[in-house]
Amino acid sequence: MNAWVFSALAFTLGTADAAQVAMEDQSQLKVPPASQTPFFVPPAQSELPDNAFGRMVRDGYALFVDTRRLAPDYVGNGMKCSNCHLDQGRLAHSAPLWGAYPMYPAYRKKNDKVNTFAERIQGCFQFSMNGKAPAADSPEITALSVYSYWLASKAQVGVEPPGRGYPDVAQPAGGYDIARGEQVYAAQCAVCHGDKGQGQKVGDDYVMPPLWGKDSYNWGAGMHRINTAASFIKYNMPLGKPGSLSDQQAWDVAAFVNRHERPQDPRLVEGSVEKTRLKFHANDGVNLYGQTLDGVLIGQGTGH
Amino acid sequence: MSPLDRVLISSLLLFALPAVHADQGQKIFTQGGANPAAMACQGCHGPDGLGMAAAGFPRLAGLPAGYLSKQLRDFRDGTREHPIMQPLAKALSDEEITAVTASLAAMPAPAAPDNRRQQMAASPVQQLALYGDWSRQIPGCVQCHGPGGSGVGEHFPPLAHQPAAYLVAQLDAWRDGSRHNDPNQLMVGVAKAMTDAEVRAIADYFAAGQEVKP
Repeated sequence: MNAWVFSALAFTLGTADAAQVAMEDQSQLKVPPASQTPFFVPPAQSELPDNAFGRMVRDGYALFVDTRRLAPDYVGNGMKCSNCHLDQGRLAHSAPLWGAYPMYPAYRKKNDKVNTFAERIQGCFQFSMNGKAPAADSPEITALSVYSYWLASKAQVGVEPPGRGYPDVAQPAGGYDIARGEQVYAAQCAVCHGDKGQGQKVGDDYVMPPLWGKDSYNWGAGMHRINTAASFIKYNMPLGKPGSLSDQQAWDVAAFVNRHERPQDPRLVEGSVEKTRLKFHANDGVNLYGQTLDGVLIGQGTGH
Repeated sequence: MSPLDRVLISSLLLFALPAVHADQGQKIFTQGGANPAAMACQGCHGPDGLGMAAAGFPRLAGLPAGYLSKQLRDFRDGTREHPIMQPLAKALSDEEITAVTASLAAMPAPAAPDNRRQQMAASPVQQLALYGDWSRQIPGCVQCHGPGGSGVGEHFPPLAHQPAAYLVAQLDAWRDGSRHNDPNQLMVGVAKAMTDAEVRAIADYFAAGQEVKP
Protein backbone atom coordinates (compact mmCIF):
# COMPACT_ATOMS: atom_id res chain seq x y z
CA MET A 1 0.00 0.00 0.00
CA ASN A 2 1.47 3.33 -0.93
CA ALA A 3 1.51 6.32 1.34
CA TRP A 4 -1.23 8.13 -0.52
CA VAL A 5 -3.72 5.30 -0.17
CA PHE A 6 -2.83 4.94 3.45
CA SER A 7 -3.45 8.58 4.26
CA ALA A 8 -6.66 8.58 2.26
CA LEU A 9 -7.78 5.57 4.26
CA ALA A 10 -6.78 7.22 7.51
CA PHE A 11 -8.69 10.34 6.50
CA THR A 12 -11.81 8.37 5.64
CA LEU A 13 -11.65 6.47 8.89
CA GLY A 14 -11.10 9.66 10.80
CA THR A 15 -14.14 11.29 9.27
CA ALA A 16 -16.40 8.34 9.93
CA ASP A 17 -15.09 8.25 13.47
CA ALA A 18 -15.71 11.95 14.05
CA ALA A 19 -19.25 11.61 12.77
CA GLN A 20 -19.86 8.78 15.23
CA VAL A 21 -18.18 10.43 18.16
CA ALA A 22 -20.90 13.01 18.48
CA MET A 23 -23.13 10.57 20.37
CA GLU A 24 -20.60 8.06 21.56
CA ASP A 25 -19.87 7.45 25.20
CA GLN A 26 -16.42 8.64 26.19
CA SER A 27 -15.45 5.28 27.53
CA GLN A 28 -15.39 3.85 24.00
CA LEU A 29 -17.08 0.84 25.52
CA LYS A 30 -20.50 0.02 24.20
CA VAL A 31 -23.60 -0.07 26.32
CA PRO A 32 -26.00 -2.88 25.48
CA PRO A 33 -29.43 -1.49 24.57
CA ALA A 34 -32.12 -1.39 27.21
CA SER A 35 -34.09 -3.96 25.20
CA GLN A 36 -31.65 -6.62 26.40
CA THR A 37 -32.87 -7.81 29.77
CA PRO A 38 -30.17 -7.75 32.45
CA PHE A 39 -29.56 -11.20 33.87
CA PHE A 40 -26.39 -10.85 35.90
CA VAL A 41 -26.95 -11.14 39.64
CA PRO A 42 -24.16 -9.82 41.87
CA PRO A 43 -23.42 -11.84 45.00
CA ALA A 44 -25.50 -11.30 48.13
CA GLN A 45 -23.91 -9.65 51.13
CA SER A 46 -24.55 -12.80 53.14
CA GLU A 47 -22.11 -14.61 50.84
CA LEU A 48 -19.28 -12.31 51.84
CA PRO A 49 -16.52 -14.22 53.62
CA ASP A 50 -15.40 -13.10 57.07
CA ASN A 51 -11.72 -12.78 56.29
CA ALA A 52 -9.25 -10.18 55.04
CA PHE A 53 -10.86 -10.13 51.60
CA GLY A 54 -14.35 -9.74 53.05
CA ARG A 55 -13.17 -6.90 55.27
CA MET A 56 -11.67 -5.12 52.27
CA VAL A 57 -14.95 -5.51 50.38
CA ARG A 58 -16.71 -3.89 53.34
CA ASP A 59 -14.20 -1.04 53.36
CA GLY A 60 -14.86 -0.43 49.68
CA TYR A 61 -18.58 -0.56 50.27
CA ALA A 62 -18.34 2.02 53.06
CA LEU A 63 -16.31 4.34 50.83
CA PHE A 64 -18.82 3.90 48.04
CA VAL A 65 -21.79 5.07 50.10
CA ASP A 66 -20.12 7.63 52.35
CA THR A 67 -17.30 8.86 50.16
CA ARG A 68 -16.85 12.41 51.37
CA ARG A 69 -16.77 11.56 55.05
CA LEU A 70 -14.43 8.61 54.64
CA ALA A 71 -12.14 10.10 51.97
CA PRO A 72 -12.33 13.86 52.63
CA ASP A 73 -8.94 14.53 51.03
CA TYR A 74 -10.16 13.30 47.69
CA VAL A 75 -13.70 14.66 47.43
CA GLY A 76 -14.13 18.33 46.57
CA ASN A 77 -17.90 18.59 46.36
CA GLY A 78 -21.09 17.12 47.79
CA MET A 79 -21.17 13.99 45.65
CA LYS A 80 -20.52 10.37 46.49
CA CYS A 81 -20.17 7.24 44.37
CA SER A 82 -23.66 5.97 45.18
CA ASN A 83 -25.30 9.13 43.79
CA CYS A 84 -24.68 8.01 40.21
CA HIS A 85 -24.52 4.25 40.82
CA LEU A 86 -27.77 3.39 42.56
CA ASP A 87 -28.19 0.53 44.98
CA GLN A 88 -24.52 0.79 45.91
CA GLY A 89 -23.33 -0.10 42.44
CA ARG A 90 -25.58 -3.14 42.10
CA LEU A 91 -28.48 -1.79 40.02
CA ALA A 92 -28.72 -2.62 36.32
CA HIS A 93 -28.94 0.44 34.01
CA SER A 94 -27.38 2.51 36.78
CA ALA A 95 -23.77 1.96 35.69
CA PRO A 96 -23.37 -1.05 37.99
CA LEU A 97 -19.85 -1.92 39.11
CA TRP A 98 -20.35 -5.51 37.99
CA GLY A 99 -20.77 -4.18 34.47
CA ALA A 100 -17.72 -1.93 34.65
CA TYR A 101 -15.09 -4.03 36.38
CA PRO A 102 -14.84 -6.83 33.77
CA MET A 103 -14.46 -4.28 30.93
CA TYR A 104 -11.14 -2.82 32.08
CA PRO A 105 -8.40 -2.20 31.05
CA ALA A 106 -9.95 -0.29 28.15
CA TYR A 107 -9.08 2.55 25.83
CA ARG A 108 -10.72 5.87 26.66
CA LYS A 109 -10.73 8.79 24.31
CA LYS A 110 -11.12 11.01 27.36
CA ASN A 111 -7.40 10.69 28.10
CA ASP A 112 -6.37 8.94 24.89
CA LYS A 113 -4.83 5.90 26.51
CA VAL A 114 -5.63 2.48 27.81
CA ASN A 115 -6.94 2.88 31.34
CA THR A 116 -6.84 0.39 34.15
CA PHE A 117 -9.87 0.06 36.39
CA ALA A 118 -7.94 2.03 39.04
CA GLU A 119 -7.46 4.87 36.58
CA ARG A 120 -11.15 4.75 35.74
CA ILE A 121 -12.07 5.23 39.42
CA GLN A 122 -9.48 7.99 39.70
CA GLY A 123 -11.44 9.78 36.99
CA CYS A 124 -14.58 9.64 39.13
CA PHE A 125 -12.74 11.39 41.97
CA GLN A 126 -11.25 14.02 39.69
CA PHE A 127 -14.42 14.89 37.78
CA SER A 128 -17.66 13.60 39.30
CA MET A 129 -16.44 14.30 42.83
CA ASN A 130 -14.41 17.35 41.76
CA GLY A 131 -11.52 16.26 43.93
CA LYS A 132 -8.06 14.83 43.81
CA ALA A 133 -7.51 11.30 42.62
CA PRO A 134 -6.15 8.95 45.29
CA ALA A 135 -2.99 7.15 44.14
CA ALA A 136 -3.60 3.96 42.18
CA ASP A 137 -2.13 1.89 45.04
CA SER A 138 -3.88 3.89 47.79
CA PRO A 139 -6.12 2.11 50.32
CA GLU A 140 -9.12 3.96 48.84
CA ILE A 141 -8.63 2.81 45.25
CA THR A 142 -7.73 -0.68 46.42
CA ALA A 143 -10.86 -1.00 48.56
CA LEU A 144 -13.13 0.34 45.82
CA SER A 145 -11.53 -2.01 43.28
CA VAL A 146 -11.93 -4.98 45.61
CA TYR A 147 -15.58 -4.10 46.19
CA SER A 148 -16.14 -3.85 42.43
CA TYR A 149 -14.30 -7.12 41.78
CA TRP A 150 -16.47 -8.84 44.35
CA LEU A 151 -19.69 -7.51 42.81
CA ALA A 152 -18.47 -8.83 39.45
CA SER A 153 -17.86 -12.32 40.84
CA LYS A 154 -18.66 -14.90 38.17
CA ALA A 155 -19.15 -12.23 35.49
CA GLN A 156 -17.37 -12.86 32.20
CA VAL A 157 -14.27 -10.80 31.58
CA GLY A 158 -14.41 -8.58 28.50
CA VAL A 159 -18.09 -9.24 27.79
CA GLU A 160 -20.51 -6.32 27.95
CA PRO A 161 -23.39 -7.62 30.05
CA PRO A 162 -26.90 -6.27 29.49
CA GLY A 163 -27.60 -3.70 32.22
CA ARG A 164 -24.11 -2.23 32.05
CA GLY A 165 -23.81 1.58 31.97
CA TYR A 166 -26.81 3.82 31.34
CA PRO A 167 -28.71 2.72 28.24
CA ASP A 168 -28.66 5.25 25.43
CA VAL A 169 -31.75 7.37 25.04
CA ALA A 170 -31.80 8.61 21.47
CA GLN A 171 -32.05 12.36 21.09
CA PRO A 172 -35.65 13.21 20.18
CA ALA A 173 -36.21 14.27 16.56
CA GLY A 174 -36.95 17.83 17.62
CA GLY A 175 -33.89 18.07 19.86
CA TYR A 176 -34.32 19.36 23.40
CA ASP A 177 -35.91 22.42 24.94
CA ILE A 178 -34.41 24.00 28.04
CA ALA A 179 -37.56 25.97 28.92
CA ARG A 180 -39.62 22.78 28.89
CA GLY A 181 -36.87 21.15 30.93
CA GLU A 182 -37.23 23.83 33.56
CA GLN A 183 -40.89 22.90 33.92
CA VAL A 184 -40.07 19.21 34.24
CA TYR A 185 -37.47 20.10 36.85
CA ALA A 186 -39.90 22.16 38.91
CA ALA A 187 -42.57 19.46 38.78
CA GLN A 188 -40.46 16.34 39.25
CA CYS A 189 -37.00 17.12 40.65
CA ALA A 190 -37.14 20.21 42.84
CA VAL A 191 -38.91 18.40 45.69
CA CYS A 192 -35.64 16.56 46.40
CA HIS A 193 -32.87 18.52 44.67
CA GLY A 194 -34.19 21.99 45.58
CA ASP A 195 -35.56 24.74 43.37
CA LYS A 196 -32.02 25.96 42.63
CA GLY A 197 -30.45 22.54 42.17
CA GLN A 198 -28.76 22.96 45.51
CA GLY A 199 -29.62 19.52 46.90
CA GLN A 200 -30.66 19.00 50.52
CA LYS A 201 -28.50 18.47 53.57
CA VAL A 202 -28.94 17.12 57.05
CA GLY A 203 -26.19 18.63 59.17
CA ASP A 204 -23.05 18.85 57.05
CA ASP A 205 -23.94 16.03 54.71
CA TYR A 206 -25.98 16.00 51.56
CA VAL A 207 -28.86 13.55 51.55
CA MET A 208 -30.02 14.59 48.08
CA PRO A 209 -27.11 15.63 45.86
CA PRO A 210 -26.71 19.10 44.35
CA LEU A 211 -27.17 19.06 40.57
CA TRP A 212 -25.31 22.26 39.78
CA GLY A 213 -23.26 24.88 41.59
CA LYS A 214 -19.98 24.53 43.45
CA ASP A 215 -20.86 21.29 45.26
CA SER A 216 -21.93 19.37 42.16
CA TYR A 217 -20.00 17.43 39.51
CA ASN A 218 -17.59 19.50 37.46
CA TRP A 219 -17.50 20.34 33.76
CA GLY A 220 -15.22 17.39 33.08
CA ALA A 221 -17.59 14.76 34.51
CA GLY A 222 -19.41 12.47 32.10
CA MET A 223 -22.72 13.58 33.60
CA HIS A 224 -22.23 17.08 32.16
CA ARG A 225 -23.15 15.59 28.76
CA ILE A 226 -26.83 16.06 28.11
CA ASN A 227 -27.08 12.64 26.46
CA THR A 228 -25.50 10.91 29.47
CA ALA A 229 -27.64 12.78 31.98
CA ALA A 230 -30.75 12.01 29.92
CA SER A 231 -29.86 8.31 30.02
CA PHE A 232 -29.23 8.37 33.75
CA ILE A 233 -32.43 10.31 34.42
CA LYS A 234 -34.61 8.18 32.17
CA TYR A 235 -33.53 4.93 33.82
CA ASN A 236 -33.03 6.08 37.41
CA MET A 237 -35.03 9.19 38.27
CA PRO A 238 -37.13 10.19 40.10
CA LEU A 239 -35.79 7.86 42.76
CA GLY A 240 -38.08 4.83 42.91
CA LYS A 241 -39.93 5.85 39.72
CA PRO A 242 -37.53 5.01 36.88
CA GLY A 243 -38.93 5.15 33.35
CA SER A 244 -41.73 7.50 34.38
CA LEU A 245 -40.36 10.38 32.26
CA SER A 246 -40.61 10.30 28.47
CA ASP A 247 -37.41 10.39 26.40
CA GLN A 248 -38.26 13.98 25.54
CA GLN A 249 -38.70 14.96 29.19
CA ALA A 250 -35.44 13.25 30.10
CA TRP A 251 -33.55 15.20 27.41
CA ASP A 252 -35.26 18.48 28.23
CA VAL A 253 -34.57 18.26 31.95
CA ALA A 254 -31.01 17.00 31.40
CA ALA A 255 -30.37 20.07 29.23
CA PHE A 256 -31.87 22.35 31.87
CA VAL A 257 -29.69 20.86 34.61
CA ASN A 258 -26.54 20.91 32.48
CA ARG A 259 -26.93 24.47 31.31
CA HIS A 260 -26.06 25.66 34.82
CA GLU A 261 -22.61 26.52 36.08
CA ARG A 262 -20.60 23.97 38.01
CA PRO A 263 -16.93 23.68 39.01
CA GLN A 264 -14.50 24.26 36.14
CA ASP A 265 -13.12 21.38 34.10
CA PRO A 266 -9.83 20.60 35.87
CA ARG A 267 -8.25 20.04 32.44
CA LEU A 268 -8.79 23.73 31.64
CA VAL A 269 -6.39 24.60 28.80
CA GLU A 270 -4.36 27.78 29.35
CA GLY A 271 -7.19 29.35 31.30
CA SER A 272 -9.36 29.39 28.19
CA VAL A 273 -12.88 27.99 28.05
CA GLU A 274 -12.73 28.07 24.25
CA LYS A 275 -9.46 26.11 24.07
CA THR A 276 -10.85 23.63 26.59
CA ARG A 277 -14.03 23.30 24.56
CA LEU A 278 -12.09 22.58 21.39
CA LYS A 279 -9.81 20.05 23.03
CA PHE A 280 -12.20 18.19 25.32
CA HIS A 281 -15.83 19.06 24.64
CA ALA A 282 -16.28 19.64 20.91
CA ASN A 283 -16.56 15.93 20.17
CA ASP A 284 -17.86 14.76 23.51
CA GLY A 285 -21.50 13.88 23.02
CA VAL A 286 -24.07 16.64 23.40
CA ASN A 287 -22.97 19.33 25.84
CA LEU A 288 -23.18 23.08 26.34
CA TYR A 289 -19.65 23.72 27.59
CA GLY A 290 -18.13 26.77 25.92
CA GLN A 291 -21.33 27.72 24.17
CA THR A 292 -23.13 31.00 24.60
CA LEU A 293 -26.70 30.85 25.79
CA ASP A 294 -28.83 33.97 26.28
CA GLY A 295 -25.68 36.01 25.82
CA VAL A 296 -23.80 34.23 28.60
CA LEU A 297 -20.76 32.00 28.09
CA ILE A 298 -21.37 28.60 29.66
CA GLY A 299 -18.45 26.80 31.26
CA GLN A 300 -16.92 29.60 33.27
CA GLY A 301 -17.03 27.47 36.41
CA THR A 302 -18.19 28.39 39.89
CA GLY A 303 -14.87 29.62 41.27
CA HIS A 304 -14.06 28.80 44.86
CA MET B 1 -40.26 62.07 66.90
CA SER B 2 -36.45 61.99 66.98
CA PRO B 3 -34.61 59.58 64.70
CA LEU B 4 -33.51 57.66 67.78
CA ASP B 5 -37.10 57.15 68.88
CA ARG B 6 -37.89 55.80 65.48
CA VAL B 7 -35.08 53.32 65.71
CA LEU B 8 -36.23 52.29 69.16
CA ILE B 9 -39.83 51.84 68.11
CA SER B 10 -38.93 49.85 65.03
CA SER B 11 -36.62 47.58 67.00
CA LEU B 12 -39.37 47.05 69.54
CA LEU B 13 -41.70 46.09 66.70
CA LEU B 14 -39.13 43.71 65.31
CA PHE B 15 -38.89 41.98 68.65
CA ALA B 16 -42.58 42.06 69.35
CA LEU B 17 -43.85 40.45 66.14
CA PRO B 18 -42.23 37.04 66.46
CA ALA B 19 -42.98 37.04 70.18
CA VAL B 20 -46.68 37.56 69.50
CA HIS B 21 -46.55 34.74 66.98
CA ALA B 22 -44.77 32.42 69.38
CA ASP B 23 -47.23 33.25 72.16
CA GLN B 24 -50.17 32.67 69.86
CA GLY B 25 -48.74 29.36 68.63
CA GLN B 26 -48.01 28.20 72.14
CA LYS B 27 -51.53 29.18 73.21
CA ILE B 28 -53.10 27.19 70.38
CA PHE B 29 -50.98 24.24 71.38
CA THR B 30 -52.01 24.35 75.03
CA GLN B 31 -55.50 25.89 74.87
CA GLY B 32 -56.71 25.70 71.29
CA GLY B 33 -57.55 28.28 68.62
CA ALA B 34 -60.02 31.18 68.65
CA ASN B 35 -62.74 28.88 67.31
CA PRO B 36 -63.59 26.35 70.05
CA ALA B 37 -63.64 23.57 67.45
CA ALA B 38 -59.86 24.04 67.09
CA MET B 39 -58.98 21.98 70.13
CA ALA B 40 -55.64 22.19 71.87
CA CYS B 41 -52.97 20.06 70.21
CA GLN B 42 -51.54 18.83 73.47
CA GLY B 43 -54.75 16.99 74.34
CA CYS B 44 -53.86 14.24 71.86
CA HIS B 45 -50.25 14.95 70.90
CA GLY B 46 -49.00 15.19 74.49
CA PRO B 47 -47.88 18.13 76.64
CA ASP B 48 -44.40 17.89 75.08
CA GLY B 49 -45.77 17.39 71.55
CA LEU B 50 -44.00 14.06 71.30
CA GLY B 51 -47.19 12.14 70.55
CA MET B 52 -48.95 9.34 72.39
CA ALA B 53 -47.44 6.05 71.41
CA ALA B 54 -50.23 3.83 72.80
CA ALA B 55 -52.91 5.64 70.81
CA GLY B 56 -50.75 6.11 67.72
CA PHE B 57 -51.01 9.93 67.86
CA PRO B 58 -47.95 11.32 66.13
CA ARG B 59 -45.18 13.48 67.43
CA LEU B 60 -45.42 17.07 66.21
CA ALA B 61 -42.54 18.59 68.18
CA GLY B 62 -39.57 19.43 65.99
CA LEU B 63 -41.34 18.71 62.70
CA PRO B 64 -40.75 21.32 59.98
CA ALA B 65 -43.34 24.10 59.93
CA GLY B 66 -43.70 23.71 56.16
CA TYR B 67 -44.62 20.06 56.48
CA LEU B 68 -47.05 20.65 59.36
CA SER B 69 -48.82 23.55 57.68
CA LYS B 70 -49.20 21.55 54.46
CA GLN B 71 -50.80 18.74 56.46
CA LEU B 72 -53.19 21.14 58.22
CA ARG B 73 -54.15 22.71 54.90
CA ASP B 74 -54.59 19.27 53.37
CA PHE B 75 -56.86 18.29 56.27
CA ARG B 76 -58.75 21.51 55.75
CA ASP B 77 -59.48 20.93 52.07
CA GLY B 78 -59.89 17.17 52.40
CA THR B 79 -56.70 16.24 50.54
CA ARG B 80 -55.72 14.35 53.67
CA GLU B 81 -58.49 12.61 55.56
CA HIS B 82 -58.94 12.12 59.28
CA PRO B 83 -62.20 12.29 61.26
CA ILE B 84 -60.73 14.37 64.09
CA MET B 85 -58.11 16.43 62.29
CA GLN B 86 -60.30 17.58 59.39
CA PRO B 87 -62.88 19.57 61.40
CA LEU B 88 -60.14 20.76 63.71
CA ALA B 89 -58.00 22.11 60.86
CA LYS B 90 -61.06 23.78 59.31
CA ALA B 91 -61.48 25.73 62.53
CA LEU B 92 -57.94 27.16 62.32
CA SER B 93 -57.27 30.42 60.48
CA ASP B 94 -54.29 30.77 58.13
CA GLU B 95 -52.62 32.96 60.72
CA GLU B 96 -53.20 30.37 63.44
CA ILE B 97 -51.73 27.64 61.24
CA THR B 98 -48.63 29.74 60.68
CA ALA B 99 -48.31 30.45 64.40
CA VAL B 100 -48.90 26.96 65.74
CA THR B 101 -46.67 25.22 63.21
CA ALA B 102 -43.83 27.66 63.96
CA SER B 103 -44.20 26.87 67.66
CA LEU B 104 -44.32 23.12 67.05
CA ALA B 105 -41.24 23.24 64.83
CA ALA B 106 -39.34 25.01 67.61
CA MET B 107 -40.29 22.48 70.32
CA PRO B 108 -37.47 20.15 71.38
CA ALA B 109 -37.45 16.55 70.23
CA PRO B 110 -34.89 13.79 70.63
CA ALA B 111 -32.33 13.71 67.84
CA ALA B 112 -32.47 10.92 65.29
CA PRO B 113 -29.80 8.28 65.84
CA ASP B 114 -26.59 8.96 63.95
CA ASN B 115 -26.95 5.83 61.91
CA ARG B 116 -24.71 5.94 58.86
CA ARG B 117 -25.18 4.16 55.59
CA GLN B 118 -21.71 2.76 55.58
CA GLN B 119 -22.04 -0.68 57.07
CA MET B 120 -23.65 -3.53 55.25
CA ALA B 121 -27.04 -4.32 56.71
CA ALA B 122 -27.14 -6.83 59.54
CA SER B 123 -30.84 -7.68 59.20
CA PRO B 124 -33.58 -7.56 56.55
CA VAL B 125 -35.29 -4.58 58.22
CA GLN B 126 -32.02 -2.65 58.40
CA GLN B 127 -31.44 -3.53 54.75
CA LEU B 128 -34.82 -2.06 53.83
CA ALA B 129 -34.39 1.04 56.01
CA LEU B 130 -30.88 1.91 54.81
CA TYR B 131 -30.74 0.52 51.28
CA GLY B 132 -34.22 -0.49 50.19
CA ASP B 133 -35.02 -3.28 47.77
CA TRP B 134 -34.44 -2.18 44.21
CA SER B 135 -35.90 -5.34 42.74
CA ARG B 136 -39.18 -3.73 43.83
CA GLN B 137 -38.10 -0.10 43.25
CA ILE B 138 -38.05 0.60 46.96
CA PRO B 139 -35.36 3.14 47.91
CA GLY B 140 -33.96 2.93 51.42
CA CYS B 141 -36.16 4.94 53.82
CA VAL B 142 -33.19 7.08 54.88
CA GLN B 143 -32.40 8.04 51.28
CA CYS B 144 -35.31 10.47 51.45
CA HIS B 145 -36.07 10.73 55.17
CA GLY B 146 -32.45 11.36 56.15
CA PRO B 147 -29.89 9.58 58.31
CA GLY B 148 -31.60 7.67 61.09
CA GLY B 149 -34.97 8.96 59.83
CA SER B 150 -34.13 12.54 60.84
CA GLY B 151 -36.35 14.07 58.16
CA VAL B 152 -35.12 16.19 55.22
CA GLY B 153 -36.44 19.63 54.39
CA GLU B 154 -40.16 20.27 54.48
CA HIS B 155 -41.30 17.43 52.23
CA PHE B 156 -39.72 14.42 53.93
CA PRO B 157 -40.85 14.28 57.57
CA PRO B 158 -38.89 12.60 60.36
CA LEU B 159 -39.63 8.94 60.99
CA ALA B 160 -37.46 8.71 64.09
CA HIS B 161 -39.36 8.82 67.36
CA GLN B 162 -42.74 8.57 65.72
CA PRO B 163 -45.05 6.04 67.39
CA ALA B 164 -44.93 2.70 65.56
CA ALA B 165 -48.74 2.60 65.43
CA TYR B 166 -48.75 5.97 63.63
CA LEU B 167 -46.16 4.84 61.06
CA VAL B 168 -48.08 1.61 60.43
CA ALA B 169 -51.35 3.53 60.03
CA GLN B 170 -49.79 5.93 57.50
CA LEU B 171 -48.10 3.20 55.46
CA ASP B 172 -51.35 1.24 55.43
CA ALA B 173 -53.25 4.37 54.42
CA TRP B 174 -50.95 4.84 51.44
CA ARG B 175 -51.29 1.21 50.53
CA ASP B 176 -55.11 1.27 50.56
CA GLY B 177 -55.25 4.67 48.88
CA SER B 178 -56.83 6.56 51.77
CA ARG B 179 -53.73 8.76 52.11
CA HIS B 180 -52.57 10.35 48.90
CA ASN B 181 -51.17 13.79 49.70
CA ASP B 182 -47.51 12.97 49.07
CA PRO B 183 -45.63 15.23 46.66
CA ASN B 184 -45.31 13.58 43.22
CA GLN B 185 -46.81 10.38 44.68
CA LEU B 186 -43.35 9.45 45.87
CA MET B 187 -44.58 7.55 48.92
CA VAL B 188 -47.54 5.67 47.54
CA GLY B 189 -45.53 3.47 45.19
CA VAL B 190 -43.02 2.62 47.90
CA ALA B 191 -45.72 1.77 50.43
CA LYS B 192 -47.62 -0.40 47.96
CA ALA B 193 -44.49 -2.41 47.25
CA MET B 194 -44.05 -3.25 50.94
CA THR B 195 -45.46 -6.35 52.62
CA ASP B 196 -47.52 -6.31 55.84
CA ALA B 197 -44.59 -7.74 57.74
CA GLU B 198 -42.21 -5.12 56.38
CA VAL B 199 -44.58 -2.29 57.30
CA ARG B 200 -44.63 -3.45 60.89
CA ALA B 201 -40.92 -4.12 61.07
CA ILE B 202 -39.98 -0.74 59.58
CA ALA B 203 -42.37 1.07 61.92
CA ASP B 204 -40.81 -0.64 64.93
CA TYR B 205 -37.33 0.06 63.59
CA PHE B 206 -37.81 3.82 63.43
CA ALA B 207 -40.07 4.12 66.47
CA ALA B 208 -37.55 2.41 68.67
CA GLY B 209 -34.85 4.76 67.46
CA GLN B 210 -33.09 1.92 65.68
CA GLU B 211 -30.60 -0.63 66.74
CA VAL B 212 -27.58 0.63 68.55
CA LYS B 213 -24.65 1.08 66.20
CA PRO B 214 -22.16 -1.73 66.75
